[in-house]
Amino acid sequence: MSTSSLIFASSLVLVAIFISYYQKLGIEKEIIIGTARAVLQLMIVGYILHYIFSASNAFFTLAMVAIMILVAGHNASKRGKEIPGIFYYVTFSIAVSAAVTLSLLVLFGNIKFEPQQVIPVSGMIIGNSMVASGLSVSRLKDEIKNRQEEIEAYLALGATSRQAAQKVIKMSIKTGMMPTVDSMKTLGIVQLPGMMTGLILGGVDPITAVKYQIMVTFMLASTVAISCFTVTFLTYRTFFTKQHQLRQAF
Amino acid sequence: MEIELKNISYFRDGKYILKNVYFKFEKNGIYTVVGPSGAGKSTMLKLINRLIEPTEGAIFINGVEYKNIDVILLRRKIGMVFQRPFLFEGTVKENIELGPSLRGEKNIDALFYLEAVGLSKDYLFKDVNNLSGGEAQRVSIARALANSPEVLLLDEPTSSLDPTSTSIIEELIKRLNREGIMVILVTHNMEQAKRIGDYTLFLYKGELIEARKTWEFFENPISEVSKLFLEGKLKEMIE
Repeated sequence: MSTSSLIFASSLVLVAIFISYYQKLGIEKEIIIGTARAVLQLMIVGYILHYIFSASNAFFTLAMVAIMILVAGHNASKRGKEIPGIFYYVTFSIAVSAAVTLSLLVLFGNIKFEPQQVIPVSGMIIGNSMVASGLSVSRLKDEIKNRQEEIEAYLALGATSRQAAQKVIKMSIKTGMMPTVDSMKTLGIVQLPGMMTGLILGGVDPITAVKYQIMVTFMLASTVAISCFTVTFLTYRTFFTKQHQLRQAF
Repeated sequence: MEIELKNISYFRDGKYILKNVYFKFEKNGIYTVVGPSGAGKSTMLKLINRLIEPTEGAIFINGVEYKNIDVILLRRKIGMVFQRPFLFEGTVKENIELGPSLRGEKNIDALFYLEAVGLSKDYLFKDVNNLSGGEAQRVSIARALANSPEVLLLDEPTSSLDPTSTSIIEELIKRLNREGIMVILVTHNMEQAKRIGDYTLFLYKGELIEARKTWEFFENPISEVSKLFLEGKLKEMIE
């Protein structure tokens, strides 16, 4: 794609601005800022990736992945900002899911440990982990708040914190995983996923693109399961004291 | 069992919910805890069950500070039944077995506890969603009994029940007490407190105003606040 054709494509944003103006949505400024930020961020990332790819250095690759994990952790932790230590729990969960999934993909020979492959795949893993763990934390917080009396009824029967929270733990993990599981069911029918679309646009044979997409699907199933499980089990404890009491402060 | 509340206070959201309460539950009997809404009655039960921690003071069980007793064991010995029964999805049997099964016990005689609360064996495999309010509350008492408690804390267990169910639960409470279980009952219903209480504790604004034999409290209250409360004039006094 030439730069001039990309500039022409930017006129599509004018359509969005026109609709916002015509329908008095009042988001013209947001669209302009959003577009400018997207262009700027992508250009910066493009140059960084260009540098990392050409350097082909394992340290730079891992540093890039680490930055992605930190940013994702920061973003997902906003879903439970009242919970002490939530940034660490979410970030750790995303890191664990990324480490396990990436290691297995490299071990099975699905991808090579080189920046061109590790970084885009990490982006998908970390992005999905971020959304899933954020959803899990949010649901956990809401359910514990709404089911306070029920949980206390369990505790009063001699249940441990873990036993009393088992139901909400299950709900939270499920909530985080469901969007991925649902999208797996309609993959290729309702939606052509980003990676496959990108590969096809890049001239790759659709069958090869499908193989990659199947790998991505397996990878995302594992990554959201690991991140939701880890973040839920790390976080639920903060709602209880060591004496199996539900904390009153949340 | 002897439960001593030694000058306990509970502070939350900038105010005292309970303030410097001293009382010793020492004789087997039915203790009714009365007082206006927000007096700290339910908080007192939660403190005894160690669902919350006193801000000041300490609680002693048979002379041992309860911080030195395993909290799970404590909660089994001091059972608690809430205003809403909170039965868990499943059958009546599964609910009754819950407490013992939490600690890995098997072969629990659920029927024994079901009959102890006056329900027939036909209820054993009933889905809890098909129970009336009174039946559900009796199952929740049976569930607490399955832990073999020495004390039962009851937080307004009949407040949402019809008079017939209330009467059945009251008879059940009296029978359980005769069988040796100490009962501490929070109630808004003064007639109920009079009917079944042996001792009555009157709480007001987090303070224990009076604690006496029930008939003495109702016939001859000592403090002015108690008199106004029993005459239904306490609200005017607050305003």
